[in-house]
Amino acid sequence: MGSIASVLAQRIALGLLLLFLVSLLIFVGTILLPGDVAQQILGQSATPEALANLREELGVNRPPVERYLDWLGGLLTGDLGTALTSGQDINEAIGRRLANTLFLAFWAAIIAVPLAIFLGLLAVRYRDRWPDKSISATTLTTISMPEFVIGYILMFILGVKLNWFSPTAVGYRPDADLLTRLDSIAIPILVLTLVVLAHMMRMTRAAILNVMQSAYIETAELKGLTRFAVISRHAFPNSISPVINVIMLNLAYLVVGVVVVEVVFVYPGMGQYLVDHVTKRDIPVVQACGMIFATIYIGLNLIADLVSILANPRLRHPR
Amino acid sequence: MNKQLKYYAQRAAIGLMSRREFVGRAMALGVAATTANAMLANAVRAAGPQTGGTIRLGIQGGATTDSLDPALAANSVASQVNLLWGETLLQLVKGGGLEGRVAESFEGSDDAKTWRFRIRDGITFSNGRSVTAQDVIATIDRHVGEDTKSGALGLLRDIDSVSADGNTVVIGLKNANADLPYYMQDYHLVIQPEGGKNDPLAAVGTGPYVLKDHEMGVRFLFEKNPNYWGDYGYASEIELIVINDNTARVAALQSGQVDLIDRVPPRTAGLVGRAPNINVHSVPSAGHYVFIMHCNSAPFDNNDLRTALKYGINRQELVDKILFGYGSVGNDTPINESYPLFDDIEQREYDPDKAKFHFDKSGFDGTILLRTSDNSFPGAPDAAALFQQSLAAAGIPLEIKREPNDGYWSEVWNKQPFCTSYWGGRPSQDQMFSTAYLSTADWNDTRFFNDQFDQLLLTARAELDQTKRQQMYTDMSNLIRDEGGLICPMFNDFIDAQSDRIEGWEDIPIGFAFMNYTAPMRMWVKA
Repeated sequence: MGSIASVLAQRIALGLLLLFLVSLLIFVGTILLPGDVAQQILGQSATPEALANLREELGVNRPPVERYLDWLGGLLTGDLGTALTSGQDINEAIGRRLANTLFLAFWAAIIAVPLAIFLGLLAVRYRDRWPDKSISATTLTTISMPEFVIGYILMFILGVKLNWFSPTAVGYRPDADLLTRLDSIAIPILVLTLVVLAHMMRMTRAAILNVMQSAYIETAELKGLTRFAVISRHAFPNSISPVINVIMLNLAYLVVGVVVVEVVFVYPGMGQYLVDHVTKRDIPVVQACGMIFATIYIGLNLIADLVSILANPRLRHPR
Repeated sequence: MNKQLKYYAQRAAIGLMSRREFVGRAMALGVAATTANAMLANAVRAAGPQTGGTIRLGIQGGATTDSLDPALAANSVASQVNLLWGETLLQLVKGGGLEGRVAESFEGSDDAKTWRFRIRDGITFSNGRSVTAQDVIATIDRHVGEDTKSGALGLLRDIDSVSADGNTVVIGLKNANADLPYYMQDYHLVIQPEGGKNDPLAAVGTGPYVLKDHEMGVRFLFEKNPNYWGDYGYASEIELIVINDNTARVAALQSGQVDLIDRVPPRTAGLVGRAPNINVHSVPSAGHYVFIMHCNSAPFDNNDLRTALKYGINRQELVDKILFGYGSVGNDTPINESYPLFDDIEQREYDPDKAKFHFDKSGFDGTILLRTSDNSFPGAPDAAALFQQSLAAAGIPLEIKREPNDGYWSEVWNKQPFCTSYWGGRPSQDQMFSTAYLSTADWNDTRFFNDQFDQLLLTARAELDQTKRQQMYTDMSNLIRDEGGLICPMFNDFIDAQSDRIEGWEDIPIGFAFMNYTAPMRMWVKA
């Protein structure tokens, strides 16, 4: 067990180092954005006096190194600062937004992950026959279409024409009952599921097929197990490591990559929040969002690594 | 026939007949569809507004980064929000006149240098406090003060003194201005207690609604202000939902999630209006989509070259293909018939021969570079491509450079010598000209420096004789049209759409969309 703890500590330390580098990158990146925050806040019709007054108030005239150190200090104490544009506390605003994004990601994941694995197992079971081919064809089609196209199509058919679900998430309230909330995000969940399904399904299929070549699979078959039991009880556990990696990548995508879906369906999550603040050059918020996304991404990858190591004892003793 | 039509209109107004059926029957009686619709609108008004219920607006333009401070309002959501909880001294009315809101009446001195606004008796803010002349003075003071960030500062620069005379506010000007009252209806200048100096974000004002709950860039919930003095505000609640995505906004209206939306994309407006329960309103506006040249930068410092480009644009084609007919042709001046003192000037037409003549005369033989971006106006890159084609017919080479949306307003517009852009309308010619065509204007984005024009503008400002003023404005339009750096091919309509759950719509072709932001308080939920 000692070795697991040391691997864990090592991974976490690496993650923190990565986060620090990311913070540098984000800061430099946001400085390189063209345009200035005062002009963006006051818009096309701002007077020079107003611009000068606002710049002074926002403190954007200070040298970048000083601003970076200030920001890093705040970050370490858990204070993300206040938004330049609205003067709102970023911690509070992001907390609300992040909860919404996680809610959407959670329900999409609950549906997409088991479905992808099940479809992957099914595809192996009927390898090269019509169920395999139709599963591959459908999922590859949905992943090839941009999310907003699938979004608009489902919005029109399921929302406007058939009226099964709310076409947009404008009715979403964080304090409403679960059923109402699920109704407003039903179509976004569907879109996200269709977008992430193919990747996980294909990886499950490929990983299991790889294991299916092994001698112990033959043994299991000779014991007289049904084909599906062989796949799900013997082959799948041994192919979990590549699958879990892909699942974690897709979970990360569900949190950090849903900007388009959130904007299209008017869902008040992190995506819309980030886009608005990038447009307005509200750098503290962009940096805060960037750091949160990076943390989620690195965190999920860390979990994937750990699960792989636990599932495969060979990885615990690297030679 | 008339009697029968009236009878139908009354039935339709109280819901015994659908709008579609009514228009059908009216047309069978030989009445044009537009006339029938107008008749129905009148009958609906006559049937009387209903009180109660919730009106839900789906509106474009809001962002999480917005502020509740009216001085910082810079988009349609912020403006609409301001005017629900607050009121300005005056308000624009149909036809271009002004009507008192917080001010009951107003009058100017003969030299147009002193203006008196009498504050309405007995009105209170939504926190219960009475409105005094001091509040109005403080409001103006906050917008022009040293550390102001107000979008209205440009308008108020000429103010010399503001003082109270009982419950009358007296504004003294450095220079005469016959249009000062028009400045007082600007959506930034919402009257706040103590001018909002203590708490600019309080959203306390004299408007028909009070802000109950809000999340910036997402939604705003308003309740009827029980102490409201006026006759606006029929619905008990107004819910304003920010929907920036065009398709989502239309879908929300079609499925009944909202009752009224703005900025229906012209491309699909015709299809949206085909649904039986939806009515699309296309209202002419003073907003225009433009190509702007800097009159002081080569090669655009040559008037023959500017004239060549003006002759080389096919205005009708742009109205048809970019606005899909929801607009009207421009005439290289920012003024159209929405303005109170508009007078017709000769329409410039597409003429490749004249374009070629002026181009050759200019002596320029290189390629002209036009910068454009998606957000400079809807369809701007397409419009630029059409311009390129129509110029090619005159043998004038145009190169198009696509710029990123990001930073377009700070890096390209008002910096580069030739680019695409847009302007919203202003309530008076004076304001439009002073904003962008006076030599000293903050946003003289065509770098138009013309002494004769400046002189005319200042004279017209002090002139109280409307006929003489009208003549001066016409002369000024001609100057811009013939010598300026503005190529104005089209004026865009406001395209709003409503469901038949609410009624009371009226076309108001001035100011802004949503009946110049009065739709939520002047429409009502059908009984």
